Amino acid sequence: MVAKTFAEKVLSRASGREASTGDIVTSRIDLAMSHENSALVLKAFQEMGGKDIWDRSKVVILFDHRVPANTVKAAEGHKAVRDFARSSDIPNFYDFRAGVCHQVLPERGHVLPGMLIVGTDSHTTTYGALGAFSTGIGATEMASVWATGELWLRVPETLRLILSGPLPPGTTAKDAILRVIGDLGADGADYMCVEFTGQVVDALSIAGRMVLSNMSVEMGAKAGVCFPDARTEEFLAARGKVAKGTTSDPGAVVREVLEFDLSRLGPQVAKPHSVDNVVAVEEASGIPIDQAFIGSCTNGRLEDLMAAERVLRGRQASQQVRLIVAPASRDIYVEASEKGILASLARSGAVILNPGCGPCLGAHEGLLAPGERCISTTNRNFKGRMGSPEAEVYLASPATVAASALKGEIADPREVEH
Amino acid sequence: MIKGKAWVFGDHINTDLIIPGRYLDDYSAKNLASHAMEDADPEFPRKVAKGDILVAGRNFGCGSSREQAPLALKHAGVSAVVAVSFARIFYRNAINVGLPVIVCADAVSEVKASEWIEIDLHGGSMQLPSGERLSFTPLPEFLIRILDEGGLVPYTKRRLQMR
Repeated sequence: MVAKTFAEKVLSRASGREASTGDIVTSRIDLAMSHENSALVLKAFQEMGGKDIWDRSKVVILFDHRVPANTVKAAEGHKAVRDFARSSDIPNFYDFRAGVCHQVLPERGHVLPGMLIVGTDSHTTTYGALGAFSTGIGATEMASVWATGELWLRVPETLRLILSGPLPPGTTAKDAILRVIGDLGADGADYMCVEFTGQVVDALSIAGRMVLSNMSVEMGAKAGVCFPDARTEEFLAARGKVAKGTTSDPGAVVREVLEFDLSRLGPQVAKPHSVDNVVAVEEASGIPIDQAFIGSCTNGRLEDLMAAERVLRGRQASQQVRLIVAPASRDIYVEASEKGILASLARSGAVILNPGCGPCLGAHEGLLAPGERCISTTNRNFKGRMGSPEAEVYLASPATVAASALKGEIADPREVEH
Repeated sequence: MIKGKAWVFGDHINTDLIIPGRYLDDYSAKNLASHAMEDADPEFPRKVAKGDILVAGRNFGCGSSREQAPLALKHAGVSAVVAVSFARIFYRNAINVGLPVIVCADAVSEVKASEWIEIDLHGGSMQLPSGERLSFTPLPEFLIRILDEGGLVPYTKRRLQMR
């Protein structure tokens, strides 16, 4: 039998044929997620003459980008989708209650290893952290998925990354992926399925692996996968799920194998205006900031909020800085609240937002004025991303953002430890 | 045949430059067209004319999956995007909304801004005013069919009707 990559195996199963790298295959979709842009999906679905969703149990719809609705137009979009979801009896419609899609789907047990998942959001790659082949698509093709359950996909080449470590204390999954993207470039994994392997990945929590898979799209990847292990099984078991998933066969042909020695890596920062503009935190230290944001599908999880709180505990964020925190989901909000994390962050001066994407994409809740500078745990620092095109966004880990909020300038979290 | 005046851009033109997130609550063609490319070139929405062609470097359309990005260009009058390479979601979205996308390594270095160029989508060639002709690999047949039918909506509509 020919040895196959993970991507070839998942797409062979989903297409019902022996799929090899480079083939274009029509695949059956296991899970289809869309958020606010479900309004666009719905419009295209109706224009296509779609009546019934092919399999309602495989569709998840929620709102997270503009919640609660920030404009009348956004409210109209929500309403159109809400009415449709109710009248179509979509079982997995979370409205605006659950949080950011890429946290909610794994958290609620929708994501299983080996699944083929599509979502109308580029960071749909996040679900690769649980061993799914998961990728972003557009709204119109999601309408076609709703109608037919199928989508054409090209079987991607594979880029295998071996992340050797261990990561030094104070260095996180975010620092690791920023370093990788800094080295490979914003199109360094274009169209490819990235396999994250090695000691660093094995040692990461599922939340940490989600950071890697999430940001793989920032180097152009189609999917970014961490293969399932005991931690994955434990995560699934806590949600009443059992699934083995799949990995690449030994000897499968991959485009490239790259090893990164991260055993001496310190905190990293991506400077404006591209995610691959990455330097060690020392090289950005001292740059004054106006805003610090902790949240998003990249770094709004419990361990992220805890890392920030550890830095800030009992201390005040700089008066010069607007510190904004948005837990990635309602479950995280509740847990962080019960653990006293949110109260502690609020005592340090943070404004706590409801779970949602808002500030990350400059939709609402904390836009930047011209000339302002923000350090953020999010995933993109493109010009205009968080507000004015004349503002600057720096990307970093939750600990680095918290340390920077404390000092009023970009700071190394190792230097402000208690 | 696609004919139009060229706009030339660099590498990594991302979806926030093509249509910023702050305008995405309004899906209307007018809203999207009036902000297309404004963070990359504030003059663009005012000066772009029907039929104009975008010529760019590597990784065009990187970033978000927002379909409003190719839609904004299309509504602004852009008739095709030619780039050294595309980010994959933008590429798919462009075809799905009926905006031709062409991968051509040499165009960005050969084409000058405001030049009139002519593209033969099926034949895989591009005629420049200098007389030079650039070639590119035509899109796979089934993607050209989606474009020819005006995008994925009419394409799927017909497929659903045939069932």
